[in-house]
Amino acid sequence: MGKIRSAFVFPIAIFLSLAAIFAIYLYQVGIDGKVISDLPSALINKPAPTFKLPSIDGEGAGFSSKQLTGSVSLVNVWASWCLPCRIEHPVLMRLAKEGVTIYGINYKDPPAAATAFLTELGNPFKSIGADRTGRTAIDWGIYGYPETFVIDRTGHIRYRHVGPISADDISDKIYPLLKALEK
Amino acid sequence: MMRYMVQRLGLLFFAVYLATGTVAMAVEPGEALADAKLEARARAISVNLRCLVCQNQSIDDSNADLARDLRLVVRDRLTKGDTDDQIFDFVAARYGDFVLLNPPFKASTVLLWVGPAGVFAVGLIGVFIYFRRRGTEVVEAVPLTADEEYRLNALLDKETEN
Repeated sequence: MGKIRSAFVFPIAIFLSLAAIFAIYLYQVGIDGKVISDLPSALINKPAPTFKLPSIDGEGAGFSSKQLTGSVSLVNVWASWCLPCRIEHPVLMRLAKEGVTIYGINYKDPPAAATAFLTELGNPFKSIGADRTGRTAIDWGIYGYPETFVIDRTGHIRYRHVGPISADDISDKIYPLLKALEK
Repeated sequence: MMRYMVQRLGLLFFAVYLATGTVAMAVEPGEALADAKLEARARAISVNLRCLVCQNQSIDDSNADLARDLRLVVRDRLTKGDTDDQIFDFVAARYGDFVLLNPPFKASTVLLWVGPAGVFAVGLIGVFIYFRRRGTEVVEAVPLTADEEYRLNALLDKETEN
């Protein structure tokens, strides 16, 4: 009887540990709404990439990495043809009104469309750089727009949010981080 | 008759599939480099980079915009003289190790690389121990009773006669 027991225990133990691992993952997706396919940024705690982008219509200053040092800021990658960007835009407007510095990287957007977007929905950005080729976005590790980065005052990336930012994301994650970085 | 036809039809479809359906190429003609050797390297590298939009295809296979951009970046860096490793490092520095379809052998991926072989080895050991235990059970030889011995001899004699 003892011999039969030990032959059963082993596979059952493996099954239970696998079931526990799966349960933990499913729990995370279910309760948090955390999407497993969201990748952590490879650039967390690294300096933001070096870049110099022209403005959307070619007039005036664009947006360069030099502007990222000196104060805490957000960098938002958006495009007029990106529907979730439209959806999150009011949240960005609210943040800008509350004094948060937001920079924009306009990704592969015809200038007329980008300008029309901002005229219609408002402009929360302190500076905007037009990334026509998408190369700068690749330097930032962009794969799913919109994406929003939190940059500390030394120009290091502290956090990346993939997808549209919601009011809950602001109160749960962005505000606390901004407060911590401002100190 | 019907079964024969269905079999032949199935074989035909399979042959057509093999002839046409195996490689899904997303590389557009305008992307390919003029230098054939560099282009071959570009394809080899692309096959090993994950398309993060679809996440289950390589950038060589995927039709996604991001895949195309990365293909162009790979070719651009090849023409600038980067080695294959430098290009993998370039992309992984921006997108993390997850973008490499050939995961590097690091402390964090040891379990991934060694895991399957490890589980197999453990299973093998388990089987070995199990059969070892069974084998050492000694069955005591019980001597035949006189009656059984007589019957046994009778049977054996019968066999040798035949």
